[in-house]
Formats: sequence, structure tokens, C-alpha cells
Amino acid sequence: MVEIFGIPSQALFGQLLIGLINGSFYALLSLGLAVIFGMLNIINFSHGAQYMMGAFAAYLLLQYSGLGYWPALIIAPILVGITGVIVERLFLQWLYKLDHLYGLLLTFGLALILEGVARNYFGSAGLPYTVPESLQGGRNLGFMFLPNYRAWVIVASLAVCFGTWFVIERTRLGAYLRAATENPTLVRAFGINVPRMITLTYGFGVALAAFAGVMAAPIYNVSPQMGSELIIVVFAVVVIGGMGSILGAILTGFGLGVIEGLTKVFFPEASNTVIFVIMAIVLLVRPAGLFGRRG
Amino acid sequence: MLDARTPLLAVKDLQAWYGESHILHGVTFDVREGEVVTLLGRNGAGKTTTLKSIMGIVGHRTGSVLFQGEELIGRSSDRIARAGVALCPEERGIFSSLNVEENLLLPPVVRPGGLALDRIFDLFPNLKERLGSSQGTKLSGGEQQMLAIGRILRTGARLLLLDEPTEGLAPVIIQQIGKTIRALKQEGFTILLVEQNFRFASTVADRYYVMEHGRIIDQFANAELDANVDKLHDYLGV
Repeated sequence: MVEIFGIPSQALFGQLLIGLINGSFYALLSLGLAVIFGMLNIINFSHGAQYMMGAFAAYLLLQYSGLGYWPALIIAPILVGITGVIVERLFLQWLYKLDHLYGLLLTFGLALILEGVARNYFGSAGLPYTVPESLQGGRNLGFMFLPNYRAWVIVASLAVCFGTWFVIERTRLGAYLRAATENPTLVRAFGINVPRMITLTYGFGVALAAFAGVMAAPIYNVSPQMGSELIIVVFAVVVIGGMGSILGAILTGFGLGVIEGLTKVFFPEASNTVIFVIMAIVLLVRPAGLFGRRG
Repeated sequence: MLDARTPLLAVKDLQAWYGESHILHGVTFDVREGEVVTLLGRNGAGKTTTLKSIMGIVGHRTGSVLFQGEELIGRSSDRIARAGVALCPEERGIFSSLNVEENLLLPPVVRPGGLALDRIFDLFPNLKERLGSSQGTKLSGGEQQMLAIGRILRTGARLLLLDEPTEGLAPVIIQQIGKTIRALKQEGFTILLVEQNFRFASTVADRYYVMEHGRIIDQFANAELDANVDKLHDYLGV
């Protein structure tokens, strides 16, 4: 058996893959948080619950409409995104001029309600969701076995992340978003309906979380607490990357997933805490985060 | 000075507040199609607030702002912009997260009849050279001012609100801005200008209104400027 640094290569690459998978979800979720924070100035604590809603939406679409994974991957984010639009219109729009704390408390309360409702109807044991037929099985790469579904998750997540980055940094629509983040009053005085743009941004950020939730359904269990388990780590990722930085959220998400995976190989005892240790160090050295604009 | 045409912009008894503070106490004036009208006054007289109130970006306002016969009071600023009014703010409002080209192309076209990009580059040749620059805020003060004016010429807005476009700029740049304002008048734009520098204003303006404590206290045409210079020195405290 081939060994690298005294570690069997199978184990090393296996953990690297798990790290990339986790990193895919970190990146998708922290990207949504960054987009929402940049535009709304709201720390969206219900992001984990909205990710969970995405997974449940996929499960329910299959149970009650017979719609499988592929349609769910489109429909679930749209449905959950619409609930985000409603939440923004009903609640969040009144909070923008207040301290961050109010948005944080409101979305945190919302997360508790959503999880409580899910637990009430579905229990906390978790529900199975199978890998779509077209992505079952895997391939032997010679140095490791790569399940097709996991390869798909990494590719799809990369594509969605960089697609979002491209739209925000390289298109006319993205220029509106960036400008409105800086000076919403002036952008509105140019004739752009900024409040509608803010609403749709929140809907999009929430839809990203739901998209991650659908992709997670076949890997992790569909359960009410799946979001709250993940979101703590995602917030650490966002703090490390720098609040509001799009590229920072993506790179830090994948990077920390990989670091976490490697820690499992080299020093398993630290694998649950390594991200928080990095967060503490980054906060000491660069309080605005690795990619944060304010230094 | 009387003109039979209805004014393009008719402001009547305009009052405005920022939170609790009452800034404008009944401002009344008008601007006719194709004119360059200047609001003069000391710091804090309410000139900038008047422009912002027309644009719909102060806290609370009452009275009447008729533009092409349409009432703008009570409309949100995006709908005022779409009626054909554009603001070049005092702080210029260049976006640091946008490059020069993105800054220039940011304001959407609200009506037909805006200037083509080539014409804007005729007026501001420096802007064309700077298109490739990374960040809008890396430009010099004069270039930022040109960018702030240039970007609202594309949109088809007929009324331009320019808030102290010469503030803090070198004399040679001020001359270029003056030349540009006269060229824009030739193109048929109507301009409401806020200035502290009435020497500069006298090179471009058709008429003047003088503001103090949130009211219009005097007005005269450019031809009457010489007769009013002493009074103006009093008003402006120069």
C-alpha cells in the first residue's frame, strides 16, 4: 500500500474527499450569508433552518408529488426562496436601520420556530433520501474510490459558487448590487428600485441555502437539526473569510473543509475544533477576516 | 424676464425635515426649459437640501414640486429619476467597488434622448483614457467630478441637479466644468446648479436665486449681476 507522510494514501484521499464535500456545503452556505449580509446588513441566523427546509422540500416533493431529485433541485430552492421573500417583506424590511442585533435575534427566533415545526411533524430521527439513479455507483481512480454523487456535489457547488461570483463581480446586475451595498440612497436616486432588489437578494440567498439542502439530502439524513449542526461551523467560516466578501466566502469554505479533512487524518482529536482554533487566530491577527475589506 | 412658457420645474412652498430639524421653510422658485439656474447661499442655507428634496432623498418633505406638470412630492426617488431628473451629489458618489466603466454605465437609461458615450467622451476626454482603471475612487478629484457628471448625461434625464461641481477643484478643471455646463445648455439640458462660488456661477448661469435660513430671499438675472454684487457680498459673507 502506498503511503504519504506515513499515512495510507487511501485514508488521505478519502478524508480529502470528505473535506471537499463538507467544504462544498460550507462554501454554498457562507456564500449565501455573505450575499445577504452585504446587501441587507442582516446576519441571517435562520440560514441553517432554510438549508433544512430545502432538504425537507425535496423529501416532501418526492413523497407527495413523486418528483425526484433533479426536479427538486430546481423547485425546492424556488419554493424556499419564495418563503424568504415573504419573510423579508413581512419582517426584515423594518430592521435595516436598527442595530445588527435585531436582525440576528429575529432570524434566530425564526430558525427555532422552523426547527420546532419540523421536529413536531417529522420527529428528530431523520428521514432517508436516496441518491438519484443516474448518480449511483462510483469509479475507481486508481488511488481511491470516488462515488459519483460526491463528485457531482463538488462540481455543482463549484459551478454555483463561481456562477454567483461572476454575476456579482462581472455583470451589470452585479454592479447594481455592489453599488447599492455602498450607497443605496444614490443608487435609488438613479432610478433603480433598490427595495425590490434587496427583497430578491434575500430570496436568492435563501434559495442558495435550500439548494445546498437538496444536495445534502442524499448524503446526510434529512432531519430537523441538520441545519443547526452545520450552521455553527459555517458562521466560523464566514468570520474567517470576512463578512460580506463573496470570493472570501467561497475560498474559505472549500479551504476549511479540506483543512478539517486533513486534520482528521493527521490529528483526529483536533478535527472538531480546528476551524474554531483558526477562527480565534484570524480574529486576533486580522479582525476583519482574511478577505474582509475593513482592516 | 417674464416668459409665457410653463416652467420645466416649479417648486412651491417646499418644506423639508431631517428627523426633528426643520431645514427648508417654504422654498418657491422655478426653472424654465433650457435654463441654467443657480442657487447661491452660505453653508447651511438649505441649497443642498433643496436639491435632495426635489430628488426625494430627504427624510420628510411637503409642498409642491412640479416637473413637466407632474407632481413629484410623495414619489419615491427611483420614480422621480424615471420622470427625467438626475442628481450629481456634492460628495460625487463615485462607487469604490465599481471600476470607472461600471460607474459610468451604472445609472440606467430612463428616457430616450440621452447623450451617446462618444459625445460624453468629447466633453470629458480624460474619462476615455481612464476607462480601464480599476477603481472609480482612484481617480483624481477632477476626474471623479467629470465621471459624476458624465454618468447622468447618458440617462435621458432633462433636468440635471448639480451640487457644487467645482468644490475643491483646481482652476483649470473649474474652467473645463464651466465649458461643459455651457455645452450641455447648448444640447438643451436644463440645469439647476448649487454654488458658493458666484464668480464661477456668473460664467454659466442665466438666473440666480439667493437662499438663507431655508428660504429664497432674493433673485436676479445674470444681466443684473453687476448691479447686485455688493448685495451678494453681504448675502454670502465674502
